[in-house]
Amino acid sequence: MEKTVFNGSVKYIQVMDENGNIDKNLYPKDLADKDLIELYKYMSLGREMSDKLVALQRAGLMPTIVPIYGEEATQAGSAYALTKDDWLLPTFRQHLSLIIKGVSIYSIFLYFKGYEEGFNLGAVNNSGPEIAPVGAGIPHAAGVAFSLKYKKKPNVALTYVGDGGTSEGDFYEGMNFAGVNKVPLVTIIEDNEWAISVPRAQQTAAETLAQKAFAVGADAIQVDGNDVLAVYKATKDAIDSIKKGGRPYIIEALTYRMGMHTTADDPTKYRPESEVDPWKPKDPLIRMKKYLVSKKLWNDDMEAKMKEDHNKLLDDAMEKIKEFKPDPKSIFETAFGFMPDSLKEEEDEAVKNNFWQ
Amino acid sequence: MMANMISALNNALDLCLAENEDIVIMGEDVAKDGGVFRVTDGLLDKYGPTRVMNTPLAENSIIGTAIGMALGGLHPFPEIQFGGFSYQAFSQIMHHAARFRTRTRSKMPIPMVIRFPASGGVGGPEIHSESPEAIFSHIGSLVVIESSTPYDAKGLLIAASHLHDPVIFIEPTKLYRMFKQEIPEDRYEVPIGKANVVNHGDDMTIITYGTMSPVVQNAVKDKNVSADVIDLRTINPLDEKTILDSVKRTGKALIVHEDQKSFSVGAEVSALIAEKAMFDLKAPILRVAGFHTPIPMAGYENYWIPNEKRVSQAIDSLLSA
Repeated sequence: MEKTVFNGSVKYIQVMDENGNIDKNLYPKDLADKDLIELYKYMSLGREMSDKLVALQRAGLMPTIVPIYGEEATQAGSAYALTKDDWLLPTFRQHLSLIIKGVSIYSIFLYFKGYEEGFNLGAVNNSGPEIAPVGAGIPHAAGVAFSLKYKKKPNVALTYVGDGGTSEGDFYEGMNFAGVNKVPLVTIIEDNEWAISVPRAQQTAAETLAQKAFAVGADAIQVDGNDVLAVYKATKDAIDSIKKGGRPYIIEALTYRMGMHTTADDPTKYRPESEVDPWKPKDPLIRMKKYLVSKKLWNDDMEAKMKEDHNKLLDDAMEKIKEFKPDPKSIFETAFGFMPDSLKEEEDEAVKNNFWQ
Repeated sequence: MMANMISALNNALDLCLAENEDIVIMGEDVAKDGGVFRVTDGLLDKYGPTRVMNTPLAENSIIGTAIGMALGGLHPFPEIQFGGFSYQAFSQIMHHAARFRTRTRSKMPIPMVIRFPASGGVGGPEIHSESPEAIFSHIGSLVVIESSTPYDAKGLLIAASHLHDPVIFIEPTKLYRMFKQEIPEDRYEVPIGKANVVNHGDDMTIITYGTMSPVVQNAVKDKNVSADVIDLRTINPLDEKTILDSVKRTGKALIVHEDQKSFSVGAEVSALIAEKAMFDLKAPILRVAGFHTPIPMAGYENYWIPNEKRVSQAIDSLLSA
């Protein structure tokens, strides 16, 4: 006897093409004009924040920076679909997602500067701190989703992982927990094609990353990750499905890392510019702007005003960073919820002997 | 040749690959990128993609598959991109790499050199500044090496390639490009398990390694103190004889490392001295090390990492003891 016991397929959606043309059947109807403008502004802010942070790093005013060039739509479209009480658990690149969730630019600048207080201020609106080890946040997100279900809250947890991060055991293990326990988890695979210098083809021989959902009993979709409307729609649909009792969801957003992995990286070492070129017209900001202009929702004056506003926001955050006074005692006082005598002795010795002066 | 630690290691890996065709370098970004610090730069072109191999981004299975490769007759050199990420490979290192030889009564040894950069001081991102040497030394059956000079790094790596045991080869990020040194271009070995007395003196013994070795040497020079400075080079197995011979002669011991003081290499060396040289001591053993908390992020790391001032204070304190 022989029979087929599993068949799977993954759908791909694009709502807005490179020229800003819309597929009306897929258009997310809950988005009003003001939402479109807001999404565009957020994506632009993400772009300008990358520019600002990289410039500050190059000027020696910031340590290593993680820019988000090219990935603005994946972050904005997904985070925008969340409510205040939904959880957002980022990896190390989702600064724009965090801003949309309500984290301040100042917080993000503060932790880039290397101060844990930036993460502390990030603990608002149910958002977690950024995490460096890739994939490690997936089990956390599955656990957060479990707690939401346990406490009978009507919310979801949304987390991110890169294409490289899907190779980690934590990715499979966390998703597997989510599948078994049918918890309200949406995982966005921000597939930017590169894990530092390692291309996606060296991470997996699978045709899509989305299909990894089949192995854990989750649902999946692949979207144009440079199309903010597609990312928004996929996320919103996934949340709606979960709220109706559906399975956890994997959304594979196909995007491209237009810049360096971090400011410590030099992509010219391993990928030719000719590989990057085809992605330039696919820029998520260009198509959204074209669409807004065609709908007469946007013009050059608005663009200039927006840039001015964003510059001020970014400059203000940097000014505020300069006023930040690090407190080395916080290293000791946040080690436990109580102060062991041995640690107090180390702290007292550091103060007494002026270790920090 | 004049070499910093990066070029010394690159040269050593080149010689290892040339000498033994069972050696395979594997890890994240080690191929075309030449590693994020360029330690494996150029080796892909010279030895091809089956010997210098990018792996999927999965530390535990980098070590796991390397164990299998070792069982199958290869001599893998897995690279973990940063020491902090070695913890994601902890299960395979601790449960399997370290145990295979003893649980098969030496029938199945695991020849393997696990390399990674570690420790802080360069303003790196979070989880890029850990010092895991004590943790790996604690396990047993893992050789743990940490060099502080280009010369030692090359000679120890070549020596490590000739062992039939798993080696944790720690490269202090801060020292990668800190200074250059004249080293032989040819093959040479620095003996594993042998510390190096880098300064000779009578008033105290200072035991150190890794990032703190140059800090200690500067403090000794600046204070013009007559001290033995012992750079351990190999953490496990510890060179007990060199430590004890010196401490018995000077009667005073200071231990300096970047890793946390509590439950550390310094704790082990202190216990060794207390057990075997107690009655030769003229003063209590002193330790200067990181505080007993996780190493903080870049903004706070210089409050946490020991500096020359702290070492100098400890030297003064021992001199007057």
